[in-house]
Amino acid sequence: MIRFKINGSAVEHDGDGDEPLLWVIRQRVGLKGTKYGCGAGLCGACTVHVDGRAKRSCMLPVSQLDGRAVTTIEGLSANGDHPVQRAWLEIDVPQCGYCQAGQIMTAADLLERIPNPSDDDIDRLQTNICRCGTYWRIRKAIHRAADLIGQEDDR
Amino acid sequence: MTGPVISRREFLQASATAAGGLMIGFPLLDARANGATQLDFCIRIEPDDRIVIACPNPDMGQGVRTSLPMLVAEELEVDWDRVSVEQMPLAIKKNPDGDGYTWKHVPQGAGGSTSITGHWDRLRQTGAAARQMLIEAAAGSWNVAPESCVAGAGAVHHTESGRSVRYGQIAARAAKLSPPQDPVLKSREDYRIIGTPRRTIDAAEIVTGTAVYGIDAEIPGMAHAVIARCPWFDGKVVKVDERAARAVPGVIDIVRLDGPEPGQPYTILAAGVAVVADSTWAAIKGREALEIEWDKGPWQHETTATLEKQMRDALDGSGQIVRDDGDFPAAMGAAAMRHTARYHSPYLSHAPLEPGNCIAHVAGDRCRVIGPMQMPSGASRGINAALGIDRLNIEVEITRLGGGFGRRLTTDYAVEAALISKAAGRAIQLQWTREDDMQHDFFRPTGLHELSAGFDAGGNLIAWTHRLASASKYYRRPNLPETDYWKSELYADDFPAQLTPNLRLEYFSLKSGAPRGSWRAPAHTANAFAVQSFIDEIAHARGEDPLAFQLRLLGDSREIDYSNHGGPKWNPGRLAGVLNLAATKGNWGKPVGAGRGRGIAGHFTFGGYAAFVVEVEAVSTQDFSVTSIVGAIDCGLAVNPNHVIAQMEGGALDGLSTALRLAINVDGGRVAQGNFDSYRLARIGDTPRHMEMHIVDSPYPPCGVGEPPIPPLAPALTNALFAATGTRIRRLPILS
Repeated sequence: MIRFKINGSAVEHDGDGDEPLLWVIRQRVGLKGTKYGCGAGLCGACTVHVDGRAKRSCMLPVSQLDGRAVTTIEGLSANGDHPVQRAWLEIDVPQCGYCQAGQIMTAADLLERIPNPSDDDIDRLQTNICRCGTYWRIRKAIHRAADLIGQEDDR
Repeated sequence: MTGPVISRREFLQASATAAGGLMIGFPLLDARANGATQLDFCIRIEPDDRIVIACPNPDMGQGVRTSLPMLVAEELEVDWDRVSVEQMPLAIKKNPDGDGYTWKHVPQGAGGSTSITGHWDRLRQTGAAARQMLIEAAAGSWNVAPESCVAGAGAVHHTESGRSVRYGQIAARAAKLSPPQDPVLKSREDYRIIGTPRRTIDAAEIVTGTAVYGIDAEIPGMAHAVIARCPWFDGKVVKVDERAARAVPGVIDIVRLDGPEPGQPYTILAAGVAVVADSTWAAIKGREALEIEWDKGPWQHETTATLEKQMRDALDGSGQIVRDDGDFPAAMGAAAMRHTARYHSPYLSHAPLEPGNCIAHVAGDRCRVIGPMQMPSGASRGINAALGIDRLNIEVEITRLGGGFGRRLTTDYAVEAALISKAAGRAIQLQWTREDDMQHDFFRPTGLHELSAGFDAGGNLIAWTHRLASASKYYRRPNLPETDYWKSELYADDFPAQLTPNLRLEYFSLKSGAPRGSWRAPAHTANAFAVQSFIDEIAHARGEDPLAFQLRLLGDSREIDYSNHGGPKWNPGRLAGVLNLAATKGNWGKPVGAGRGRGIAGHFTFGGYAAFVVEVEAVSTQDFSVTSIVGAIDCGLAVNPNHVIAQMEGGALDGLSTALRLAINVDGGRVAQGNFDSYRLARIGDTPRHMEMHIVDSPYPPCGVGEPPIPPLAPALTNALFAATGTRIRRLPILS
């Protein structure tokens, strides 16, 4: 039995330990915001936070999750108002929107690590694929989110 | 499916909602076959002032769930932030005038950049009719003339007496009226919603992970399926050992699928073996345990190299002349200067980030499917053909699409899902893996283009030919002779046809086993690369500025015939307009610095005009960065300027991504690529540090913007690389 937490709720998994966390989140827990894009850790649509760090859940066997805490897009903020989400809305980033949960989870972790990232930092760390090509707005939104976080910290 | 057939008799109808509000539509809601009550196509105004507008077309990121309801809301005179949007399921009916089926209300596909143009009139008329009914109802309740009342911000006002009534309060009374059949439309200068930048209506759901894509849909009791498809084009299943797969925990059933016969139209793409399980993961594990012996089929010796040899050999002979203006051979013979070049474009995969998926539930003579589809009517048609279910018994529900790019114009995955559901006797959700998607696509045709131009002694272009050898997407179609295959690959009226007197288009139809289809802006992608590169090339060869040369060819603003999609007319002056705007904003002609270069290109695509100036900093054509993309678009009236800009940004980056690294190769009769490590889409690091997009303030009616931004990007980039390095890129992708 593998026991871990998703968005603060206890999850028990007694099935195949090789099953990727992605499919456990989507089909056993029923949270559909985390997306399947490549199954090979290449696109990042499946990005979640494991113990606070961005991980690509399609390559993460659930057996490695015992005792850990997972946050999905549904758990990133209580009211959908994490600074990254607010910045995404303000800049109106999404087109098809399919990759955006993963982009947001990656960006939230990036900003934890580098509160004021340069464009080069973003190029290096925000490696999720957006097939619609919303990268121009993603970059703007990450900078905007950094500002929003800075404003919160100033208060 | 033929075009919309909406007679006056069945135009707008109205009725009351269950809660006592007003519904108006084309006509109103039918009780759905399964008893569920769904919005069919209408505006719904509830007593609590909620305004619900149905979006008839699929949204794959082009923003029609925002822009189409904007057309309704404008005429309805409601506050945009009170509007919510529901997706309209497919609605078709038997063709009253003969065989087949037609749209019940309005066309419902997403392809060819047609959503806005196709619905521009009717959606505004629907909104206007509802507004007039609400005014009439309010005027009736006050015993005043409707002409003395005005609508605004979701209410009717009687200025004389100062009385007002909210739409919700008067909706029930309005529902008893007959809709006006020729409602008066607002004039453009009075617009408050159309033409103003609006954010994606579903953005809050998207950023919180609650927007429902096909992969997220569920119906009670559904199982999950994946398919092991034959990797070889037109291959077959020889035998299957299912035992190990059936022993995988969670596996429920194994279903054989026959593929299409070679050369025959596709219903599904490939022969295969489906595994049905209680989860997608169990189905994937079950698939891994299948032991399948494949017949590698008739194309097993095809490779990209054999295809390219076929193209070169073809161009060395003579092909089918499909347009022949003036006397091309004589003009070329007499030319004082001649120039010829060949350009190669590869197969491309659509690779929408949401891989194919579909829920199907076949029960007796009925079927319900739910999935991400650009052409839901195709799912209905395909399931009818494959399973014999009456099309009126096939319910098709459209989710949000995780990208489309043309892949979901073909609904083979819905037919697969229905076949599996029928065989397994239960509802299933079929999931394609990324490898499935990349290996089994309807690829953008590969081709080799040869362009030649001749100039007279005065520097005038007097002869032009475009010879194309390609594997047409118009193949395996019922009753279409090979002599028509060129029509999907060369658009006969494209630039510079009619702008130069002696012009010849020549086509060579190639044989290839790779399935082909429509990829965002279909033939325009490869053709604009070839033509706009060649324009740059011959301008440089003549020592003339490429922009000045192209402007000279385009001439003044005037409408000329255009028989291809996006016609019936096009205006070379509008193309000149976007070239000029991009040039001005992109510093065309100004010093650019050592190791840098700018390129420009423009194109007319499906009613819209777009141009880019791209700037690169280059050591070589294999070692460079794109530093700036400046674009301009003339899409007529920009309904939602925010999303027009978004499509320009995204289109530019899709064009960049594709030009840099994307190609599908064939190796031994199957696709060589399998995932994003071998089909390397651009990432944020490829995005230039400067981008700006401009919209021409245009008096013309609106057109779609999903495709026009794509075609000019690649040639603008390769022209920039030439300017920076002196090396001409004649083969895509650029990076080897």
